[in-house]
Amino acid sequence: MSRLAATFEALSKAGRKALIPFITTGDPNPEFTLPLMHAMVEAGVDIIELGIPFSDPMADGPVIQRASERALAHKMSLRRVLALATEFRKTNQHTPLVLMGYVNPIEIFGYESFADAAKLADVDGILTVDLPPEEASEYGSLLKARAIDPIFLLAPNSTDDRIKKMDVLGSGYLYYVSLKGVTGAGHLNIADVEAKLQHIRANTQLPVAIGFGVKDAAMSKTIADIGDGVVVGSALISKIEANLDDLDTAKRDIIALLAAMRQAMDA
Amino acid sequence: MRVTKVNTMTEKYNMPDERGHFGVYGGIFVAETLIPPIQELNEAYQRYLKDPEFIAELSADLKNYVGRPSPLYHAERWSRHLGGAQVYLKREDLNHTGAHKVNNTVGQALLAKRMGKTRIIAETGAGQHGVATATVAARLGLECVVYMGSVDVARQALNVYRMKLLGATVVSVESGSKTLKDALNEALRDWVTNVDNTFYIIGTVAGPHPYPAMVRDFQTVIGHEAKQQCLEATGRLPDALVACVGGGSNAIGLFHPFIDDTSVAMYGVEAAGDGIETGRHSAPLSAGKPGVLHGNRTYLMSDENGEIIETHSISAGLDYPGVGPEHAWLKDSGRANYVSITDIEAMAGFHALTKMEGIIPALESSHALAYTMKLAPTMKKDDIIIVNLSGRGDKDMHTIAQREGIEL
Ligand SMILES: Cc1ncc(COP(=O)(O)O)c(C=O)c1O
Repeated sequence: MSRLAATFEALSKAGRKALIPFITTGDPNPEFTLPLMHAMVEAGVDIIELGIPFSDPMADGPVIQRASERALAHKMSLRRVLALATEFRKTNQHTPLVLMGYVNPIEIFGYESFADAAKLADVDGILTVDLPPEEASEYGSLLKARAIDPIFLLAPNSTDDRIKKMDVLGSGYLYYVSLKGVTGAGHLNIADVEAKLQHIRANTQLPVAIGFGVKDAAMSKTIADIGDGVVVGSALISKIEANLDDLDTAKRDIIALLAAMRQAMDA
Repeated sequence: MRVTKVNTMTEKYNMPDERGHFGVYGGIFVAETLIPPIQELNEAYQRYLKDPEFIAELSADLKNYVGRPSPLYHAERWSRHLGGAQVYLKREDLNHTGAHKVNNTVGQALLAKRMGKTRIIAETGAGQHGVATATVAARLGLECVVYMGSVDVARQALNVYRMKLLGATVVSVESGSKTLKDALNEALRDWVTNVDNTFYIIGTVAGPHPYPAMVRDFQTVIGHEAKQQCLEATGRLPDALVACVGGGSNAIGLFHPFIDDTSVAMYGVEAAGDGIETGRHSAPLSAGKPGVLHGNRTYLMSDENGEIIETHSISAGLDYPGVGPEHAWLKDSGRANYVSITDIEAMAGFHALTKMEGIIPALESSHALAYTMKLAPTMKKDDIIIVNLSGRGDKDMHTIAQREGIEL
């Protein structure tokens, strides 16, 4: 069983939900990320999504766009993200790592070489924002052959047919984008999310993580009651952006928010 | 009245496949939220393409609103001066709003209307597509938002003002390189947020399927007219076609109806900026490699890590790191040739046409003219070149004056 499947199974047995932080690798500098990852694990997160910075993050709002720009200013790259994952695994063999990014860096790396390198780095899942199932079948097979979970997005306007498609192609979990918009948007409607989750559950047994628009502990609790996992990204990265001249505070604020979310979700 | 031909295929050439692939290029590379609107658009497009009422309305608009057919003008004096082939100019600069862009916006706006969309968005580089979009939105009474990189807002101030007069909101984009690619990113973000009521009018043959095929089909009116006009004027087909390539819509519009006519050579002219060797250019077909950006696989300018490289060109409309996927296919298949022209050469093309023929061309089109200056002298006096004069130069007066140290 993959680390992701095992994690969701264990959580489910314990009646708990996954807390999944998203951070952009190398934001605001490459040295900041690794200690932050370990600290987040200590704060009780279950899975870490590591963003691969990209020059043209079409699905991201301003907060994650600027995180990408800060990381790229330090020459962060897919190769360096993989090196960092390798480094993380030296002292943590249990927390699943999911790389999340856009397809061009992977295309330029080469799909097969990338799948090999991700395996070597002991990465657990890959989410490629602009690679829908239509274009992903070969790539998905390359990943699955190496026991890496290809993770797909579902949106509020995804039809039942598409949910079924993701169920077949995806593994690990499905990522439900809770609103029509970019990351960090602020108009999440809980009743809509609840209604959509019923459709999703009817068409897949895979765990469903919900993200986009989760900003505070109260919201994480509400979302945890609906899905199997809660993804929080922009709210964490905002802490970095607000404390660029005092990164200890940035880190402390991130950990405090995650700890509060953990507590609310487990209550 | 002559009815406009809008076709997705010639007799022998049937591209793209139903999932939008031109060989390995093209396709649909977008986030999940955009899949349903793209499917909805594709269905509407496939349906109305065959709808006689739609085609009749489009034909009438192209005739009465755009001013088509545009003339095919024999540039006799310039041809004599160049001392080789006879150069004919397809006068897209005479269209309403001053460029070929309006052929496409008229078509997409009619689709938007039939699909019940109330809000139009667009990206623009030179501002020609933005103006052409604001124009059709004004005419149909639709809300219109145009995204434009802040670098382009500065160098195409006149077009920004035109868009505002037409009632559009112009959003200056500050992210990334602040040019056309960033405007496209921002338009995609808007579309994802407002998918229910919004129609995204992409201005070139880029983006996810069906855009590259659909925009091409709306632009093939250029090539269909040119072919007929050339036959009427000279009794035969041209020997060569020349067009500038930004995203590639004016080029494919001219080329496509000639694809089966293998005696007709095709030259797409990219912007070499300061020179290909300097790295400061916008010539992905000449110096890039395949990658994925803005919804399709095509030749791209990206670095060894897959990050998109900043481009450079004197002309905002060519300042784009990608190119339509059909051009990538035509390059690999060898059917079309892709060459490049520097800023300095383009300026020479600009001045040559202005002085010799009394026609002030757009800086984008000046790239095609500059290549024609190289090509024509290598050909026989009874050979024929058709150059797509994709737009007029009014919008570029400030850029040119500034470059030549003149204060207006
Ligand atoms: C006059 C003119 N020609 C050419 C272009 C380049 O676009 P495309 O390559 O899609 O024809 C532009 C774009 O703004 C333009 O304004």
